[in-house]
Amino acid sequence: MSTHTTTDGARPADALRAGDGPRHVAPSAAAKKIGGVAGWVDDRTGAAKPVGYLMKKVFPDHWSFMLGEIAMYSMIICLITGAFLTFWFIPSAGHTIYDGSYVPLRGQSMSEAYSSTLHISFDIKGGLIIRQIHHWAALMFIVALTVHMFRVFFTGAFRKPREINWVIGTFLALLAIIEGFAGYSLPDDLLSGTGIRAMAGFTQTSPVIGTYLVYGIFGGPFPGEMIIPRLYSAHVLLIPAILVGLFTAHIGLVALQKHTQYPGPGRTNDNVVGYPVMPVYAAKAGGFFFIVFGVIALMGALVQINPIWAYGPYDPSPVTAGSQPDWYMGFADGALRLLPGWLEFHFLGFTLSLNIALGALVLLPLVYTVLGIYPFLERWVTGDQREHHLLDRPRNAPTRTGIGMAGITAYTVFMFAAGNDIMAIKLGMSINDITWFFRIALFVAPPIVFWVTKRVCLSLQRRDRDTVLHGRESGTIVRTPDGRFFERHEAGLPEDQWLLVQHDAVAPLQLEPEVDEHGVARPAARKDRLRERLSRFYFADAVNPVTPAELAAAHHHGHETEAIEAPAHAGEVESAGAAERH
Amino acid sequence: MNEQDHTAPGTEVTPTDGHGSAVRLDEGHVVGTGGLPERFTNPGLPTHVPRMADLDEAAARRAEKQVATLFGISILGTLLFIVLYFALDVNQTVFVPGVGETSATNVGLGVCLALSLLGIGLGAVHWAKTLMPDHEVVEERHPMRASDADRAEAVRVLTEEGGKSQITRRPLIKYTLGGAMALFPLGLALQVGGSLGPMPQKSLSLTWWNGGPSGPGEEPTFKPLRLMKDPENEPIKASDVTIGSVFHVMPEGLLPNPETGEGGAKHLLEEKAKAAVLLMRLDPSQIQSQKELAWGHEGIVAYSKICTHVGCPVGLYEQQTHHLLCPCHQSTFDVTQDCKVIFGPAKRPLPQLKITVDDEGYLVSAQPFREAVGPSFWERGQ
Repeated sequence: MSTHTTTDGARPADALRAGDGPRHVAPSAAAKKIGGVAGWVDDRTGAAKPVGYLMKKVFPDHWSFMLGEIAMYSMIICLITGAFLTFWFIPSAGHTIYDGSYVPLRGQSMSEAYSSTLHISFDIKGGLIIRQIHHWAALMFIVALTVHMFRVFFTGAFRKPREINWVIGTFLALLAIIEGFAGYSLPDDLLSGTGIRAMAGFTQTSPVIGTYLVYGIFGGPFPGEMIIPRLYSAHVLLIPAILVGLFTAHIGLVALQKHTQYPGPGRTNDNVVGYPVMPVYAAKAGGFFFIVFGVIALMGALVQINPIWAYGPYDPSPVTAGSQPDWYMGFADGALRLLPGWLEFHFLGFTLSLNIALGALVLLPLVYTVLGIYPFLERWVTGDQREHHLLDRPRNAPTRTGIGMAGITAYTVFMFAAGNDIMAIKLGMSINDITWFFRIALFVAPPIVFWVTKRVCLSLQRRDRDTVLHGRESGTIVRTPDGRFFERHEAGLPEDQWLLVQHDAVAPLQLEPEVDEHGVARPAARKDRLRERLSRFYFADAVNPVTPAELAAAHHHGHETEAIEAPAHAGEVESAGAAERH
Repeated sequence: MNEQDHTAPGTEVTPTDGHGSAVRLDEGHVVGTGGLPERFTNPGLPTHVPRMADLDEAAARRAEKQVATLFGISILGTLLFIVLYFALDVNQTVFVPGVGETSATNVGLGVCLALSLLGIGLGAVHWAKTLMPDHEVVEERHPMRASDADRAEAVRVLTEEGGKSQITRRPLIKYTLGGAMALFPLGLALQVGGSLGPMPQKSLSLTWWNGGPSGPGEEPTFKPLRLMKDPENEPIKASDVTIGSVFHVMPEGLLPNPETGEGGAKHLLEEKAKAAVLLMRLDPSQIQSQKELAWGHEGIVAYSKICTHVGCPVGLYEQQTHHLLCPCHQSTFDVTQDCKVIFGPAKRPLPQLKITVDDEGYLVSAQPFREAVGPSFWERGQ
């Protein structure tokens, strides 16, 4: 503040014009006080400028922008409660005899990890609530980041200049599920131990190096005593460090590139319309952290999650029926259930188990690689080199929306396949039939969903055009003097119609002519032909927004009835009876 | 009605009837755009609609009270949390409708914590929505790319200034540096990779049934081992195995004494993970495999309990159909057909353990497993 005064004071008088007042009113007492502490910091860091800039930063408002916030806050809640849990959890597979207050397990031999988790659940006051909040927050984290990814995908928020952030986001999503798996495996209960058993099994089947890999990870034969401390080190140190680092880059890029916004009146590709951080976003986003934390605390208080005491300590020979991983590992587990056994091959004394490798080792990285490269693929196909800060309405990108829905369908089939045994029991059906249903659905459902989604999008776009061209049905029936009836259509106000016409018209890319201007054949590269085909796949049946000329033509069309009914409001009434309506 | 049939802007729109008197150019009867823009123009920000609290001081005061009440609830929640922390016993239970009998500290502390958090959160959001300014602010965006001059300067610094190191002129330095940088991680990688665990050696193909400890480096020699009930650790008389019954079995010497917890394998879980066996008795006429009959004893057959898919214990035996089902991924094995896979993702049958009876009538192993148990691995056929 004082610097400003000095600058003002030193300002040459000729810079002032008539009507210029003093640039600053005297700071209030509160401002002086903040200025005092902040001034001390600013003298040493020069933070006033960036802080002032950040406090004024504008964020657009939309409910779907909260999804990423939920993910961010759930992660922070995991970090807080996780730090608490480390104070009591003993990451050791060392054997101990349980003597805590959970009577059914007293006297049983178990690992220290399991015994200390029981201790947290039954003997540490409030330990169970922290454990349950931790687990619920982890589940919430992955649900929220998944739905956040859907939002980003379907609105095209991954387009230039945000491709890097999309790639960072896919890394975050992959790391989050690995982090989750490492976390729920730590208590060393029978259920999670069975999960580790399966993990050891499919690691062992990796071609060539499988046995070395599994002996390396487990420090010897399964289960050994090393896996719990190693998972612990990954869960509390390695992965969180990368998660937090990538997350910082993720949110930093959002600030640097400014948030995308939905289209609407006054919103353009060159501005951000919304509320500034101070005070509105500080209150809304800050308050939202407490809401997320509060809701998760309520879930922890009232809904039991992962009751490890009911499963018993891990032992490789017993098993519980209905063994399921946490939901986000479901798709990989489902893939393992669907893959047929004939994918295992034996040759020259070697065994190649594609029935396992495809589901357990290939699918997971494949899903995230496909996600990661999608923006680059779409950019290549569409040839779109512009920056995009206005989001697409999903209907305005029918092919992308269809692809996304098809992907979600395939993922969902895998995920539900991981529950085939539960379904068989609950529905009283044959597990073989359910498995076959999923096997077929995996190939049949995504194309159907793609097609249906795309048709729905195109229809919605046509309805948007219809609304703009013909107004809305008013429900008012008008009778003409010669006895004809028609419904009056209201032309919407330009302001609500803007949303329906704001997007760019699209068309497939054209191949360059096969002969150049001298008549010399110019064979199109295979790459170009592929690109042209893909471009047609994206845009061949595109429905483009109404142009002013089309609207003018449509309005003119309605004149014959208007002439009779409402000459004063030419253009606002459209004949419903006119068969030649567009 | 097909929007695809829409005439593109700038082309003739067919008149529908003789209604062709004077029309404006922009109404579509002429070739050309008729002076119309190609796109609609953005109407600009809508007018701001004031809220109740902006117009009415009473409404604003009401909002203030609501926000304060929410913050008050938070304060109460925290205080109650502290009270309950001291008042409740850690093992106390409480009946909550819809939840059932549950831990009192969990419900009490959790609900209080939720109140203290939700009070703050809902209060802050309500405050922001009712009382804080709701005029939308417009901030300009600028293209992400730096100016051409800045780009050129960055390239210049990299090449010209960086070039002053003479790296391009002195290939000896360039290549040795490249080599050194490429190689230095190898030492660290070798340390961690090489020391993570021992080599498997033969241990994946051996089990306790080979005669004793079967970890890496062990060379057990075969001796017949009694089949012991798990977890009682008692030998099984062939005459006690009735048709339709099933036993969970471990080899003699593996399990510790159930009373004292002493004895047994040094690496108990590692041995159990390979040696677990299921023992079943079928009517011999139902068994379709000659080898299965020969390796059993009067219809008593023993199979590895470790699934050949990813190694879960095959825990579910259907007595009527003689099917074994793995609860993890639903591989189904038919005991009447030498545990062949009849459904699910596993490929190989469960390995059979050849058994016989000793002089006292107890079941004993006649030979170790003839193949590796559990999940497949690359060199298992070697």
